[in-house]
Amino acid sequence: MGDPAIEALQDAIRRAAAVRSPLRIVGGGTKDFYGEKLAGDILDLRPVKGIVDYQPTELVITARAGTPLDEIESTMRASGQMLAFEPPRFAPGGTLGGAIAAGLSGPRRPYAGAARDLVLGVNVIDGTGRVLSFGGRVMKNVAGFDVSRLMTGAMGTLGAITSVSLKCLPLPREEATRVFEMSADEAIRKVNEWGGQPLPISATCLHQGRLALRLSGAAPAVASAVAKLGGEAPVEAGAFWDSVRDQRHAFFAGAAASRTPLWRLSVRSTAPYSDLGGDQLVEWGGALRWLASGPRADTAKIRSWAVAQGGHATLFRAADRAAPVFHPLPPVLAGLHKRLKSTFDPQGILNPGRLSSVF
Amino acid sequence: MLPPDVHAELAVLLPPEALLTAPEDTKPYECDGLTLFRERPSAVVLPETEAQVVAILRVCHAAGIPVVARGAGTSLSGGALPDPRGVVLSMAKFNRILSVDVLSRTAVVQPGVRNLAISEAAAPHGLYYAPDPSSQIACSIGGNVAENAGGVHCLKYGLTVHNVQRVRALLVDGDAVEFGGASLDSSGYDLLALVTGSEGLLAVITEITVRLLPKPQRAQVALAAFDDVEKAGAAVGAIIGEGIIPAGLEMMDQPATRAVEQFVRADYPLDAAAVLLVESDGTPEEVEHEMGEIRRILTASGATSIRVSRDEKERRLLWSGRKNAFPAVGRISPDYYCIDGTIPRGALPLVLRRTAEWSREFGLPCANVFHAGDGNLHPLILFDANREGEIEKTIAFGDRILALCIEVGGTITGEHGVGIEKLSSMCSQFAPDELDRFLGVKNAFDSAGLLNPGKAVPTLARCAEFGRMHVHRGELRHPELPRF
Repeated sequence: MGDPAIEALQDAIRRAAAVRSPLRIVGGGTKDFYGEKLAGDILDLRPVKGIVDYQPTELVITARAGTPLDEIESTMRASGQMLAFEPPRFAPGGTLGGAIAAGLSGPRRPYAGAARDLVLGVNVIDGTGRVLSFGGRVMKNVAGFDVSRLMTGAMGTLGAITSVSLKCLPLPREEATRVFEMSADEAIRKVNEWGGQPLPISATCLHQGRLALRLSGAAPAVASAVAKLGGEAPVEAGAFWDSVRDQRHAFFAGAAASRTPLWRLSVRSTAPYSDLGGDQLVEWGGALRWLASGPRADTAKIRSWAVAQGGHATLFRAADRAAPVFHPLPPVLAGLHKRLKSTFDPQGILNPGRLSSVF
Repeated sequence: MLPPDVHAELAVLLPPEALLTAPEDTKPYECDGLTLFRERPSAVVLPETEAQVVAILRVCHAAGIPVVARGAGTSLSGGALPDPRGVVLSMAKFNRILSVDVLSRTAVVQPGVRNLAISEAAAPHGLYYAPDPSSQIACSIGGNVAENAGGVHCLKYGLTVHNVQRVRALLVDGDAVEFGGASLDSSGYDLLALVTGSEGLLAVITEITVRLLPKPQRAQVALAAFDDVEKAGAAVGAIIGEGIIPAGLEMMDQPATRAVEQFVRADYPLDAAAVLLVESDGTPEEVEHEMGEIRRILTASGATSIRVSRDEKERRLLWSGRKNAFPAVGRISPDYYCIDGTIPRGALPLVLRRTAEWSREFGLPCANVFHAGDGNLHPLILFDANREGEIEKTIAFGDRILALCIEVGGTITGEHGVGIEKLSSMCSQFAPDELDRFLGVKNAFDSAGLLNPGKAVPTLARCAEFGRMHVHRGELRHPELPRF
């Protein structure tokens, strides 16, 4: 009640809705490259900031959307906790709201959960300017449809997220990284086999015949896993995983420097390593394949391969987009998306077209 | 009674034994695990192929007949309560595990498969399905997805929504749709999360891909006694505060402990005000290390006794008390009513104190079992339905507890769902605008309102009827809005 920053946003949304004028919801602007075109007047969420409540022993943090991710993570680190989904930081200045709206997760995702898995509740302003609260601050909550998770990854098209409650997890007591030289096929088989064993794996990264494996947990568990698996210890393991998480690794930096389109292929973890016309970096125990597509790359082939492997392909970063960014939806699903969009944003003013030209 | 033309159309689709209309045949479907509410459906259909479900939905959709999908009927919130005008769509015959893929650690199952059967099928490969609601020997995975079921291990391993990768479902008009995939995410909105816990209001689930986890090599449980409930609550906070996420973390108060001890004879400390069960699992090294820490923290928190299981037999015995809390209470009272609220753990002393006061005020005993790690409280109100007015008193008592859960920043249901039971409490937890958006979501999937109508989300008119106002931490929200 009576929060001027929220009221200003509500006013702006109501005014835009009245004349059906599009709004572009912005936090730190670190993911402007992601998604379809940007359009509309800027709705800046950064004034809505600050940690509202953090109770380490309840494993919950609530913060307003414009709070810098850095602030959240350093506050949590001071209490021995972390954002377990490791949101990528493409540039300094990213906000919590942006991380949740984009719904992207880093290397720890298959083992500790995605952004959507850790979201407990959100407050949003919908496309009519109303403040709505879904979910809450508790781990278990099945009252009402799970709109908090629906908002996660919706790229602001269903509402402007104004605050988020997240489940916090303890920082691992111990971490170790092991590096193995092996072929891509062997690495994909190995990471899947290891995933079925009681090993404290918390990240994997395969690039050009080098498989890096991160182990996290209690010291004795990490030590016994290291003894069992072997491999070499890399130099600067922490910096290495940050470079994977934040896409500063040579693979990503190279693609950016040469303006090569970067594809994100989310597929079954056991999908064979296939030549799709470019260099690949494989994360998530095999379930996430990044493709820096060369001149031989063929959009139709990339998308059909992803579908054949039970997943989808996103044109994650590209100088000029020759194809839809997000994998096109079958008609029945597209219909549901359109109707959900009009439920939360009847005038179609919130980040219109950012996810799809269809809804 | 079904309209004769609808009956005739269904009779063409299904063999006679899969279309039940005689009262003696439909009676077993009149309620689920919440026996306070009963309704006789017009018909029960038991299809065994997806094509039959498609055809049934098309017939019902065209005729405007409500459809209530039903798994094993173990819901504690009346989620599977029939609609008297409608058809119960039993998914019991969809009971096959279609595949277990060891390398990718997934299983594709039909919705009628029992929760425990998945872990049994995965066991030879050293894998299991983590969510373990207490009813896991009976409840179906389709029902688990519809309710987003929890269990005693979900602090560490998550709820159903965290362990399901793909759902194949049919919309109200019979159109097939897939949410999620073999991948860890999908294009567009997270409809997999939306449909999980949607209580049968959005779609009929026909196939599910679940994620399997490697079975921990070892598990050990500590039973700690406390002479004070607040000390037990503080011990839980201390364990988590030191960076330990136990595999299980349960609390029982004295009335609950005494009831289960009579039932299972696990040698629970009867003089304790509260007991904690704290489980560690993982590799033998991890468990040994973690259990040492847990023991140290429990002692420092003032535990009056600590007993750590020495072997698997003793571990099962110590857990059997907690897992049998509901039937144990069932033995000492003619009836009991299980409440399911979640609270921030710090509010536990207040909530238990108030509950004890109300227990005296209503003259109804109450035993508390608590998923302490995640704040999910299950007060069990003991009553006798044959005594005049006692059902009403019980419901009033339960409503008061749920209102308190909202007031302290929690929720009216942690894992049992809203169903028919908590419609009125939904009016307290959510503002009219929020309920309206829920109805919008329902409308986006099922504009005719035929799938499990009247459950999970109250209409605004219904809230007016209940006389409930949305209460947020003791304050009326949106005082500017007109009230109904």
